Amino acid sequence: MPHVRFRLNGVEMDVDADTDRSLLDILRGQLGMIGPHFGCGAGECGACNVIVGDRAMSSCDMPLWSVADKDITTPEGLGSANAPHPLQRAFIAEQALQCGYCVSGILMSAAALLKRNPTPSSDEVKEALDRNLCRCGSHNRMVRAVLRAAAEMAAP
Amino acid sequence: MSRPAPSPSAATLPVSLAANPTLSSWLEFSAEGQVTVRPGKVEIGQGIVTALAQIAADELDVDIARIRMVRASTAASPNEGVTSGSLSIQQSGRALRYVCAEVRQIFLEVAADRLGVEKTSLSVEDGTISGPGNVRTSYWELAGAVALERDATPGIVPKLATERRLAGDSVGRIDIPDKVFARPRFIQDSSLPAALHGRVLRPEHSRARLIELNEDGARAVPGLVAIVRDGSFAGVVSETENGAEAALNALRKGATWSEDEILPDENDLAAFLKSQPLESVVIDTRAASTRGEGKRTIRRQYTRPYIAHASIAPSCAMAQWSGDKVHVWTHSQGVYLLRADLALLLKLPAENITVEHLEGAGCYGHNAADDVALDAVLLAKVAGGRPVRVQWSRADEMSQTPFGAAMAIEIAADLDAGGEVLHWHHQLWSNGHAARPGRAAQPALLAGFELANPFPWMISTNPPQANGGGADRNAVPLYDFPSWQIESHRLLTMPVRTSALRTLGAQGNVFAIESFLDEIAAERGEDPVAFRLRLLNDDRARDVIRAAAERAKWKPAQRPGIGHGIGFARYKNMGAYCAAVAEVEGDRDIRVRKLTLAVDVGEAINPDGVINQIEGGAIQATSWVLKERVRFDRQRITSTTWSDYPILRFSEVPEVEVELIRRPELDPVGAGEAAHGPVTAAIANAVFDCLGVRIRDLPMTRERLIAAMELTP
Repeated sequence: MPHVRFRLNGVEMDVDADTDRSLLDILRGQLGMIGPHFGCGAGECGACNVIVGDRAMSSCDMPLWSVADKDITTPEGLGSANAPHPLQRAFIAEQALQCGYCVSGILMSAAALLKRNPTPSSDEVKEALDRNLCRCGSHNRMVRAVLRAAAEMAAP
Repeated sequence: MSRPAPSPSAATLPVSLAANPTLSSWLEFSAEGQVTVRPGKVEIGQGIVTALAQIAADELDVDIARIRMVRASTAASPNEGVTSGSLSIQQSGRALRYVCAEVRQIFLEVAADRLGVEKTSLSVEDGTISGPGNVRTSYWELAGAVALERDATPGIVPKLATERRLAGDSVGRIDIPDKVFARPRFIQDSSLPAALHGRVLRPEHSRARLIELNEDGARAVPGLVAIVRDGSFAGVVSETENGAEAALNALRKGATWSEDEILPDENDLAAFLKSQPLESVVIDTRAASTRGEGKRTIRRQYTRPYIAHASIAPSCAMAQWSGDKVHVWTHSQGVYLLRADLALLLKLPAENITVEHLEGAGCYGHNAADDVALDAVLLAKVAGGRPVRVQWSRADEMSQTPFGAAMAIEIAADLDAGGEVLHWHHQLWSNGHAARPGRAAQPALLAGFELANPFPWMISTNPPQANGGGADRNAVPLYDFPSWQIESHRLLTMPVRTSALRTLGAQGNVFAIESFLDEIAAERGEDPVAFRLRLLNDDRARDVIRAAAERAKWKPAQRPGIGHGIGFARYKNMGAYCAAVAEVEGDRDIRVRKLTLAVDVGEAINPDGVINQIEGGAIQATSWVLKERVRFDRQRITSTTWSDYPILRFSEVPEVEVELIRRPELDPVGAGEAAHGPVTAAIANAVFDCLGVRIRDLPMTRERLIAAMELTP
C-alpha cells in the first residue's frame, strides 16, 4: 500500500492506506479520532470539517492523497479542557449548542475564520459558517460565541 | 417553619413515581460523597439531564457537582416510557423531586436517632447534616445505614419554591464540555472492543420487495464476515466500516427490487389526504346557549407537507449477542419500549434483552433510532458473539425514517353582521402522528416489515386528547367562541411512513387557527393582538401575548417591504404558553428578520435551558415554514440529500429574542415544542402584513408566493 505523510494536530503522520479513501474515513477508522463527525458523506453539512492548512474543509469527500504534506487540524487539536481554545471557552460560556453533533465542524470553520480574520463582524461569522448545518437551531448562540472568542483573543 | 398542608393531589404519587415506586431505583448514595441519580428519561439534545440534576441537588441540599447522572438502561433504570411530548420535566422532574424530598427526610430520621436530637432541629448543607451542639453526620456517613429499598410514600411535601436554591438558576449543561472538547459522548463515537461493522441494504423505491439478490460482488470484498438475508431484509457484516460500505455498494448492484407506484402526488396533498379511507372522530364540541344569527360563512383550507427529522447524524446502534441474550446500545427515546418490540420480534422474554441508552444527535421525535437498533440486533446474530455497529446512510436517514405527517386543515367560521365568530368548524385530514415502538401488539420497527415472515405495516394512530392528541393536537381553540365542532379524519392507508415529529399536529393546527383568526381580524379592521386578547380569558395566555407584543413594540410603523405578524398557542392546550411576533421582509422570497417570543413554562428549572429550547424551536420552525418539504415521485422519496431537502442556514437565520415569564410557584412544563406553532403562524401573518397575500400552503417558497399572488385579486 502507498504511504501518505501529513501533519495531524502538529504530529507527523505516515499513513499506509488506499489513498482514494476519504480523510474522514482514515481519521475515524484508522486513526481512532472521533472529533470529525460523519454527517452526510457528500460535503454538504460540515459536521466532518477539519482545517487543512488555513482553511476549513469537509473531510468526508477529501481523498487521502490530496492531503499529502499538508497540515491538518481536527477538533482534538484545537484545545483541551486543561488548555481550551478561546472558541471552546466561548461555546461553553454561551451554552452555544443543543445536541452538539455539528459543533465540532463548526468549531473548525470558526477557528479557520479567526485565523484569517481576527475581528469578524456578525455577518462575516455567518458567512463563514454558512456551509455548516445545525438542525437544533443554535445558530445565534454560536455566532455570539465566535464573536466572544474573537473579542477575548483581541484583548491585550 | 410551617408548611402548607399537602393538597389532595399531593397525596397521590407523581405518575413516574407511581409506576416505579422503589426509592433505590432512582437514587443511590456512596460513602465517597456522591449521589447517583437514575432518571428514566434520556438526553436527546434538550439539556434534560442537567435540569434533572438541578432538581435532585436542590431537594437533597447537595452541591450539584456531587450528582452523577446515569444513562437509562433496562438493566437498572426506572421505566419512564418515552422521552417525548415535552413531558420530561413534568414526569421525571416531578418524580425526582418527590423521591429526593422523601429520601432527605429518611436520612434526617436516621440522623436524629443517631445523634439523639430532634429531627426538626437538623439541617443539611451539601450533604452534611448538623444540629444543636455542633452534632453532625452526613449522607455519606449514613449511606450504608439507610435502606432505600422501599416504596415512596404519597403525601410527601417537597420544598417551597422560595426554599429552592438551584431551580431557577441557569446552571451550565453537564454534557457541553465533552461536546466542545471532542470527547466521546455520542453513540456514533462510542466503540466496543472487537466490534464489527454492519450496513443494511434499503430500497430506493418505497416499500419495494427484494426479488433477487446476487451476493457474488459483496462476497469478494475484503473483510466481509457475513451477508444476512431474510425476505426483503438484507445486510452485510464486515471487519471494518470501510469494508462494510464497499460490500453494501456491491450488494446494491446485485439487488433486484419490485417497482410499485404507491406514493401520492406531491403537488396535491390535500386531494390525496381527503380521498383516502378515513376514521373520523369528533374531538370536541361546544354548543352555544343562544346562537346568534349567522350572516355569512367563510371557509379556508391550510396544508402542511410531510416534514423530515433530518438530524445531522445518521442513526446508529450497536448490538451484541451472548447465547440467547442480547445487549443493545441505542439513542432511542424509550429503552423499555424498544425492548418490548425487540422481544416481540425475536420471540424472546424481555429479560433476555438489555437496552441501554447512549446519546445521539438532535432528536425531534420518532426517528430511525429504533429501526437501526433492530438492524444491529439482526446483523449481530451472525457475528459469533462480537458486537456489531450499524450506521445508516444519509440517504436512508432522509428517506426511510418516519416523517412528520402531511395535513390538510379546513376551518369554516359563521360570522354575525359585525364579523364576530358565532360558530367555528375545524376539520383536519392527516395520517396518524404516532407509530412508536412498544405500544402495540405488533412491532413498529422497519426491518420487521421486511422479513420473509413480515409483521404487518403499522398504520400510524393518534394519542388520545387526554394525552394532548396527535393530528388533533391544539385543534381545539383556546378562544372563547360561542360554539364549535372539531373533527379529525385519520387516514387508514399510509403510503408515506409517518410518526411523531416535534409538536405532532400542533404546528399545522396552530398555523391554521392563527392564520384564520388573523384573516377575520383583518376583515373586521381590528388589531390582531387586541382581537386575540379580547377572545381569551386565560390570564397566562393574555400575558404572553402582551409580553411578546410589548417587547416587539407592537405594532411597529409600516415600512415598505417589511411586515409583522403574531401567533399564539398553549402547547397541547395544557403545556407551555407561547406567543411570537415575526418581522419579515418580502419580495420575491420571504426572509424572516426577527422573532420576538414570550413564554410561560411555569417554574423554569433552568431558565437559559428553556430559552435555548425556545430559540431552537423558533429557528427550526422558521426552517420548516420557509424551506422544508419531503419530495417524492410516485415510486420513491427523492429528497435524500441536503441539496434536495434544504434547511435554514446561518445567513438565513432570524434574530430571536425570548422573554421568559417567571412563575416559580407553578408546576413546571416542557419547552421543546412550544414555539413551532406560534412562530409558523406569526410568519404567515407577517407575510400578509407585508405583501397582502395569504399563503395557506407550507412551505412558503418562491413558487408558493407567486401562486398565492396570482390568486389574490
